[in-house]
Amino acid sequence: MESGRRSFLKIAGLSALGLGVRPVIEVLASGEAAKPTVMKGENILTAKRWALVVDTRKIESEEDLEPMIEICDKIHNVPKFENKRHEIKWIWMEEFKHAFPTQEHEFLDERVEHLPFLTLCNHCEKPACVRVCPTKATFKRQDGIVLMDFHRCIGCRFCMAACPYGSRSFNFRDPRPFIKEINSKFPTRMKGVVEKCNFCAERLAVGKIPACVEVSNGALIFGDLDDSESEIRETLRTNYTIRRKPALGAGPSIFYIV
Amino acid sequence: MPNNKKMYDKGKVIAGLCIFVVMITFPFWYNLGKAAPAPEPKLIGKAAEAGQQCVESKEYMKAEHMQILNDWRETVVRDAKRIYVNSSGKKFEMSLSNTCLDCHTEKAEFCDKCHNYASVSPYCWDCHVDPKEEM
Ligand code: HEC
Ligand code: HEC
Ligand code: HEC
Repeated sequence: MESGRRSFLKIAGLSALGLGVRPVIEVLASGEAAKPTVMKGENILTAKRWALVVDTRKIESEEDLEPMIEICDKIHNVPKFENKRHEIKWIWMEEFKHAFPTQEHEFLDERVEHLPFLTLCNHCEKPACVRVCPTKATFKRQDGIVLMDFHRCIGCRFCMAACPYGSRSFNFRDPRPFIKEINSKFPTRMKGVVEKCNFCAERLAVGKIPACVEVSNGALIFGDLDDSESEIRETLRTNYTIRRKPALGAGPSIFYIV
Repeated sequence: MPNNKKMYDKGKVIAGLCIFVVMITFPFWYNLGKAAPAPEPKLIGKAAEAGQQCVESKEYMKAEHMQILNDWRETVVRDAKRIYVNSSGKKFEMSLSNTCLDCHTEKAEFCDKCHNYASVSPYCWDCHVDPKEEM
């Protein structure tokens, strides 16, 4: 068949028209079943950057901190190992000289020297753990929380090496036998994954503040750093606060009034 | 040309061949009519109550439940969205233990039975808890 320039252009034109018609037909045809969708819960607490202030003036001894640690371990199925090398920590106590090694000196006042400091994941502004994770199992959420997706964790432990605060623990053993009472509403972890504090992401989703804050009797103040009217911003405005290892530039979101 | 197409030890060869054929086909006729029937997933517990409906249609669930669960975990953990609105507008919390197993309360008789037959062993239960086992 002879096909000149004109007939080629005609066919090309018709084909282009056909392509344009398809989306129209699809729209007309998709009348019946609605597509399933997903959404946030109605009561969800949202923020630009969640943060926490620890008011150590309201803390006298370990007994004041224990309820906060206990409730976290309980609801998140954090196991208790006798062997310190297998320890799993989400929120724990640290001496001043270990929590703030660069601010420690030999003439520290007695209160601070012996005071237990509450430590947890700092949910950093520039988290080193997120940068090193090869599977993006650790990522930063829109609300500033540095979260782990356990479904992607391959247990390489780069994040543990990267974190300057020791906020991450590795499951050297199956944790289940070491959980006193399993909370079936929240998954446990398994041998071979890393874990850490999730700032109670599962509670924020249903309108509840983190459990440690709830039982802290006002020693912990939780809120959005981006909201200048918030209680946490008011607290930061009117009190001198320090953060752990600030020179590293990670930008921790946990502040301490000493 | 003389016809010397003679088979030596004819009797032994044929008997040997017979035994060989019988042995090689043994697994087939031994199992004849014994193929394990596919288990009918039993609906017990809350899912069996009248008026209960799955997240999506039965046929869809049968074929796509693993995909749904995969989407769920991605959406919950990474997008912070926990509510699923199905194709008929009904809402569910996207949770393996708190939704699927809240209805399919007998995991062993439902999920496991079918998975054993299909020879799949989801590793989800290393972390996710069957509420029934912990009560
Ligand atoms: C509100 C209760 C309810 C919830 C929640 C629920 N199911 Fe179902 N499911 C049912 C019922 C009832 C059936 C039987 C449907 C039928 O027979 O039409 C069913 C059927 C199924 C089937 C097909 C079984 C077969 O016979 O082949 C699978 C697979 C399934 N569900 C998996 C799941 C998974 C996975 C989840 C969580 C994502 C889930 N279901 C959540 C009630 C529920
Ligand atoms: C009707 C039979 C049937 C029932 C009932 C059933 N499943 Fe499945 N499931 C399968 C099959 C078959 C596969 C494997 C599909 C494949 O490999 O493509 C599978 C795969 C899965 C997977 C993915 C596993 C993997 O390793 O990728 C998950 C998760 C899962 N099922 C969860 C459930 C849960 C939870 C229930 C009970 C609420 C359930 N299933 C009930 C047949 C069933
Ligand atoms: C290493 C532990 C681990 C394994 C293995 C695991 N998960 Fe998860 N999963 C979690 C954690 C932790 C969460 C977060 C729970 C939350 O924030 O409420 C989660 C959340 C989920 C959620 C949404 C919240 C909920 O309550 O269920 C779904 C759905 C889910 N996972 C499905 C699966 C499926 C399907 C598998 C197996 C193919 C699986 N997970 C394997 C730890 C695990």
